[in-house]
This record gives sequence, structure tokens and C-alpha cells, in this order.
Amino acid sequence: MTQTNAITTRDLKLWYGNFQALLGVSVDIKQGQITSLIGPSGCGKTTLLRCFNRVNERYGNVRTEGEVKILDKNIYEPDVSLAELRKRVGMVFQRPNPLPISVYENVVFGMRIHSPQKLTTSDLDDAVEKALTETGLWADLKDRLDAKATTLQLEQQQKLCIARLLPLKPEVILMDEPCSALDVEGTKAIEELMWSLAGKFTIVIVTHNMAQARRASHECIFMLMGEFVEHSRTEDLFLNPRNPKTAEYIEGRYG
Amino acid sequence: MPENTPVKRRKFQFFDFIEKPMELFIRICGWSSIIGIATIFVFIFKEAGPMVPRLDWVEFFTSSRWIPNPAPGNPASYGALALIVGTFGTTFIALIIAVPVGLGAAVYIGEFATGKVKETLKVVIELLAAIPSIVWGFIGLMVLGPLVKSIFTAAPGSAWSKIMVTLQLASADGGTTQGTNLLTGGIILALMSVPVIVSLSEDALRAVPDNFREASLALGANTWETVRRVLFPAARNGLLAACLLGMGRAIGETMAVLLATGHSNRIPEALTDPVRTMTATIAAEMGECVQGDDHYRVLFILGIVLFVITCAVNVAGDLIIKGVKKANKA
Ligand SMILES: Nc1ncnc2c1ncn2[C@@H]1O[C@H](COP(=O)(O)OP(=O)(O)O)[C@@H](O)[C@H]1O
Ligand SMILES: [Mg+2]
Repeated sequence: MTQTNAITTRDLKLWYGNFQALLGVSVDIKQGQITSLIGPSGCGKTTLLRCFNRVNERYGNVRTEGEVKILDKNIYEPDVSLAELRKRVGMVFQRPNPLPISVYENVVFGMRIHSPQKLTTSDLDDAVEKALTETGLWADLKDRLDAKATTLQLEQQQKLCIARLLPLKPEVILMDEPCSALDVEGTKAIEELMWSLAGKFTIVIVTHNMAQARRASHECIFMLMGEFVEHSRTEDLFLNPRNPKTAEYIEGRYG
Repeated sequence: MPENTPVKRRKFQFFDFIEKPMELFIRICGWSSIIGIATIFVFIFKEAGPMVPRLDWVEFFTSSRWIPNPAPGNPASYGALALIVGTFGTTFIALIIAVPVGLGAAVYIGEFATGKVKETLKVVIELLAAIPSIVWGFIGLMVLGPLVKSIFTAAPGSAWSKIMVTLQLASADGGTTQGTNLLTGGIILALMSVPVIVSLSEDALRAVPDNFREASLALGANTWETVRRVLFPAARNGLLAACLLGMGRAIGETMAVLLATGHSNRIPEALTDPVRTMTATIAAEMGECVQGDDHYRVLFILGIVLFVITCAVNVAGDLIIKGVKKANKA
């Protein structure tokens, strides 16, 4: 099977001040697949994920070395536009963080930011309906588009956070423990949504929940103490781990 | 200590004993602000009361003849229109300047500046807030006044003077001798309100959860777009409250406007005409009137008018905030 890589990192190192959180990570993440990042708490999953849209850089003390190629463009080159990068690489956070504006405005937020010319109302309306339909929110929210997004249920909020990425037609969607604030139902709903979006988008999901990684990813990357350990098909990683450390982890020997 | 007294119980008894008076004390502290306001209210109304039925209210609000010291052929008259216009005029100019500057400074300090620059600016703003109002008055009188005068007024009949007069920036007679006037007073009040607006707006911006900023940045917005599209809507109530408190400071200010406005009882025709405010009138005349006479009581009525204005501003602010909240929920 020949498959293109959506994200390729080579010897990626990252420091928070003097503390090195990534010790030279090299991974290849395949296009159109769901790849989960697993590993014990503090091993650098979130840090690695946040390198992929450079949102790490908002902390002043961060220094990054190495290479991250997203669809064959090194995103750490000086001529890369952060706005353009983040349009192509969307992000969903641990706690649902819809903006404190209406549902409608949340969905079109990215379009308003990124489109150079004035958008017509019908363009925006179409985009909202399409994005909400794709995320399964349209039926519930079509009469509440003016409601403040922060008043929705958590599950709806997290779906909205995914929906607002879609009008930008991103290539990659990054998710950092997107279900950790949700109950079982909500978790199931988000995982189903991920499966329905896979293929169209490359999805990278951080989770410390191994059951979730098994259920909701094609491929799995195991990290330990800022280092890459193993990358396999999900079922292989859980059934036949190649690295003894991976085996120890999935048997539950680390926290 | 008697042998059979359980130590534990004694301890509880002590707290039992202190609890009631403590509760009462805290309760009194809580109520003291209300008691204070009520006392002020009663006092002002008591002093103003006898004059309320006697005052010619139409004249009070529509005429500028403020003649508290009658002379033969020049009967007493209490027309406060120019004073009210003076108060509103200086406050209006102050807000036009202070709201954009204050909000801009708060956004810069809170969202753009980092490290030393940020710390320095915060200290400077606090220092500005600590300058006594009489010093501001002095600055208005000695520094800003002459500057305003040299910019806006020229020899009557000169080309510059004609331009200024046409634009209603200066009066035809060449303006005041000191440069103390509506504009100078307004600028001084703006400088005094800016620290209030900056520090409260910065608090309001800081109270916005960081994950909103992160969400916006991750969608590709830059800092300015985040401020405009996310932080301003999220912090709207706090920012409005900051502006209202800044306005309160401008309306209630006395010493600085006494020195910086020219203290001249007339309705200004141009931006650089001298004016006089209600507060400055009270401060200047309270000492020279006879306690209990009409003049004394009218000064208290001016106080009531100020009181009503500030209450109205606060209530309006509350209503706007509630309206905003409702609109958000709907
Ligand atoms: N902003 C930060 N400043 C300093 N250290 C950080 C910061 N964020 C994370 N770290 C450290 O980097 C390491 C990796 O963190 P993180 O990527 O959040 O781990 P994970 O998501 O796998 O739990 C941890 O030791 C954490 O303490
Ligand atoms: Mg994490």
C-alpha cells in the first residue's frame, strides 16, 4: 500500500526554558488516517501535537529544533504564515472552548478571519448548515444559531469546536484528549464523529485512554519521556507490541 | 485550672462567646456602606429641603444667570444651566479622549506588551492614578493651559484666528488669558480618568479565560483579531463598567476643574471658551455663603443634581449590561 504522509517530523526537539520536553522525535503520520498518540502523563503527547500547528509558541519560553513537514512543507521555515498553517491544521482542545459568541459566529469565525473579500450572507449560511450537519448538530441547533455557544451542553460544545474547523477545509485535525471532559455518551458521539471524518481529514488524537486509542484509531504512536517508542497499526501495537516498553505500558505498568 | 473541667469544652465555649459579637461586627461592616449612603442622602436633602419649594426650577435649568450675591438692581437668581453644561461638556470631552486611549492602553498592556515593558507601563499607570487632583489642576493651569492657548488662539483678525473661529475651536475675542477652558479642563479630566479605565479594563481582559485566546489563535487569528472578535465581546461588561467608573471620576472631579476650566459662568460657544462646573461652583462658594441661607441651600441642590446624574449613569450602565446579557441568552 503506498500512502502519502500528512505529517513528517525529523529529530524534533523542544525546550520549555531549560526543560527539554521532546528529545528528538521522528514520526510519519499517514494521510487520511486516525493516528492516536498514547503514553503516560507528562511524556510529551500534548507538546508534540501542539508543534503541528505551532500553537506552542504562544508561551514565550519555547524553543523548537528539527523539522516538521506537513504535506511536504517544513512548517518551521521562516516564510511560513501562522494564519495559513493554522487554517490547514485545525485543533480541538481538551476542554471544549467554543468562543463566547453565538453558535453561528463560532462556525464562521475562521472564514471571517481567513477570507480576504467580503463574504455573502448566503455563503456563510451555507457553510454553517454544512458544518453543523457534518458534525450532527444541525437538527439540535438549527433553531438556536444565535444562542451563545458557551451555554450549550459540553458534548455539543466539543462538536461545535470540531464543526468550526470544517469551513476552513483543513488537511489535518489535531485533537488533544477531546473526550476527557465528556461522559460516556459524549465520548461515543465524538468517536463516531471522528470515524465519519476520517478519510477526508488526517486526524491526530492524543489520549491517555488506551481503550479509546484501540476503538478510535487506525494507527498508534507510543511515546515515553519525550521520546518516540513505537508506531504501528493500532491492532498490532496492542496485540503484538514490538518494544518491551510498549508492552509494559499497555499491560498497565506505568501510570 | 480546676481538675474536672474538660479542656475541650472550654475551647468551644470561648468560640461560642466570640462568635455572636463577631457576626454582629461583620454585619455592621456590611451594612455600613448603606448606612453611609443613607446618611449622606438624608443630610443633603435636609440642607437642601427648605429651598426645594421656593426655588424657581425653570430658571434653574434654563437660565445661566447665576447671581448668588444680590446687589441693588441685581436681584439674586439661580440659573444653573451654564454650570450643568460645563459639567457635561468637560466630562464629554474627557470621555472622547479617555475611552479610546484607556481601552487601547489596557489592550496593549494586557495582550501585546510582555516582560519589562508591561511591568513598567503598569507601574506608570498606577503612578498616574496616585497624582492628587490639585496637582492635575496645577498642570492644567501652568502647562496645558498655555499650550492650548498658544495653539488655538491668536491675535483677533489674524488668519489662524479666523480658521479657529470658523471651526468653532476658539472664540472671536481671542479666548482666555490663561488658556484654562473647556478643552483644557476636558483633557485634564481625561488624563485623570485614563488610569481608572486602564486598570479596570485590564482586569476585565485578564478575567477572560485563556482558552478563548488559544481557541482563536489556533483558528489562525492574530492577536488583534482575537482582541476584537473574542476578548471585547467576552469582556464587554467589565469594559463598560470601567468606562462608567472613569466617567464617574470625571463628573465628580472638583479641584482640577476649578483650576483648569477658567471657572467662568457662561455657556461656551467654542471649544476653547472658559466654563465652570457644578462641583467647582460648590467648592468655591460653599465657604463664602451664610450657612442656612438660600445660596447655601441652592449649592446643596446642585449636589443633588450631581447625585442624580451619577445615579442615572450607573443605572443606565446596569441596564445596558443586563440588556447585553439578555441579548446573549436569547
Ligand atoms: N508550558 C509549559 N512550560 C513548562 N513545562 C511544560 C509546559 N507544558 C508542558 N510542560 C512539561 O512538558 C512535559 C510534557 O508535557 P505534555 O506535553 O503536556 O505531556 P502529556 O500531554 O503527554 O501529558 C511535562 O513534563 C510538562 O510538565
Ligand atoms: Mg496532555
